This record gives sequence, C-alpha cells and structure tokens, in this order.
Amino acid sequence: MKISQRSRDNVVILDCKGKITIGVGDVALREAVHAALDGGARNLLINLQGVSTVDSSGVGELVSSYTTVTNRGGKLKLVNLPAKVADILQITQLITVFEVFDDEDEAVESF
Amino acid sequence: MPDDDFRFHLSVGSRFENIELVQAVLNDTLERIGCGDDVRHWIDLAVREAVANAIKHGNRNDPDKAVEVDVAIEEGDLVVQVLDQGEGFEPVEVSDPRSPENLLNPNGRGIFYMKSFMDQIEYSFRPEGGTVVTLRKSLSGPAGSKE
Repeated sequence: MKISQRSRDNVVILDCKGKITIGVGDVALREAVHAALDGGARNLLINLQGVSTVDSSGVGELVSSYTTVTNRGGKLKLVNLPAKVADILQITQLITVFEVFDDEDEAVESF
Repeated sequence: MPDDDFRFHLSVGSRFENIELVQAVLNDTLERIGCGDDVRHWIDLAVREAVANAIKHGNRNDPDKAVEVDVAIEEGDLVVQVLDQGEGFEPVEVSDPRSPENLLNPNGRGIFYMKSFMDQIEYSFRPEGGTVVTLRKSLSGPAGSKE
C-alpha cells in the first residue's frame, strides 16, 4: 500500500495504491490521515483509484478516518472508487456515510 | 471444475503479511481451475477474514503459532477450512453492521464479509484447543466460472 499526498486549493488529496488490508494498508491509511491532520489539513479527499482490495479492517479504517476528521471539524470524502471497492461500500451500506465522487475536480469543488 | 479429490494444505506463521501468501496460492489455484475474476476476488476477501481472525483472535499474533489452511473441492463446492492453535474464541459479530447505529463502528464486519461472499460459514472448536472456521461456496454455474 502506497499513499502519496498532494494539495489542490484547500483540499489535501491522498492518492492510495494497493490494498487497504489488515496490518499494513490500514495502518498506512491511519498514519497518512493523521499526518495530514497534524499538518493542518481539514479537508481530506481520499483517491482510491489504485486500490484493489479493501478488507473489513480497511473498511474499518476508512470509517475511523471519517470519524477522526469529522470530530476535528473537517470533512473527508472519497473519489475514483474502483467497481469492487464501490461494491464493498454498497454491501456494507457505508455508501450512505461517505460522500463519493467519480471526478476529482468535482470532488475538490464540493468542499 | 476439477475433480472432487482436488485439495491442498498450507501452514503459515501468525503474521498478517502471510495472508498475502495464502491469497496468492488460493488465487492462482482458483484461476487454474477456471474461476472468474469476480468470484476469485470475493472468495479472497472471505478467506482473508478467516485467516486474519485466526491470527488475531485465535493465535493472538504469536508468530510461533501456525494457521492451517485446507482447500478442497467437494461436490462442486469450494471448501476452505482455517484452523488456529489458540484456546478457542467466540467470533465477535455486531448485530448487523449495516444498521444505522453500527455504521460508524470500525469493527465487527469480518464475519459479515465471510457471510456475504460465501454460501456457508461454520465455526467449530476442537477439544484439544483451536478454532476451525469452514467456508463453503458453490463453484458450479455461471457465478463460479469464467462467463
């Protein structure tokens, strides 16, 4: 799991590549979100385009990230969900929690 | 689909990175017997949860304790058994992770994954210790094969 950080306007974008799974990817996501928040970010956009697998720990970490960012007065949204990741959010009903976008420009403008 | 005598066994130490080893062997095997991408993906997710539970809750991340994985085809069904060397644990399951009061709970979706992606899931406990989870999924019909 590789995560790189970049900024557009007032939004920090985390580009994720690989698997958000127990013990590795979930930890990487947690660290990246906390690093962004500690760096002053309030608006986070997680780009899941390069993510192939999200297990239950990965889904849990997305939920934890959402809660952490929201509790700090920020917003966390998702963009570019591969079909199988979108399926997971649908099956778990987390699609009702996250604001999800297909287009990065649109996502950035939404904050 | 392969003959019913198809089976293999894997034994891995209790490290999360070993889930990738199980996944690689299982995925390669399922591809060779003709399972399509989608079916392999969902089976992979279910088996990941079983192995992760065995490592975390069964063997409590003790790398010296093994997780045994048995894979077989029985009457057209894929049967995966995952055994740990722990003292036996009650699988944790929230009532329904999709209900509004549970949606923001970061835990409790492992068994839901297994139930969602396999046809059947069963836990048993060996008298000498260790928990066995058995996952079963039909590979016959269009859902189990490439188009």
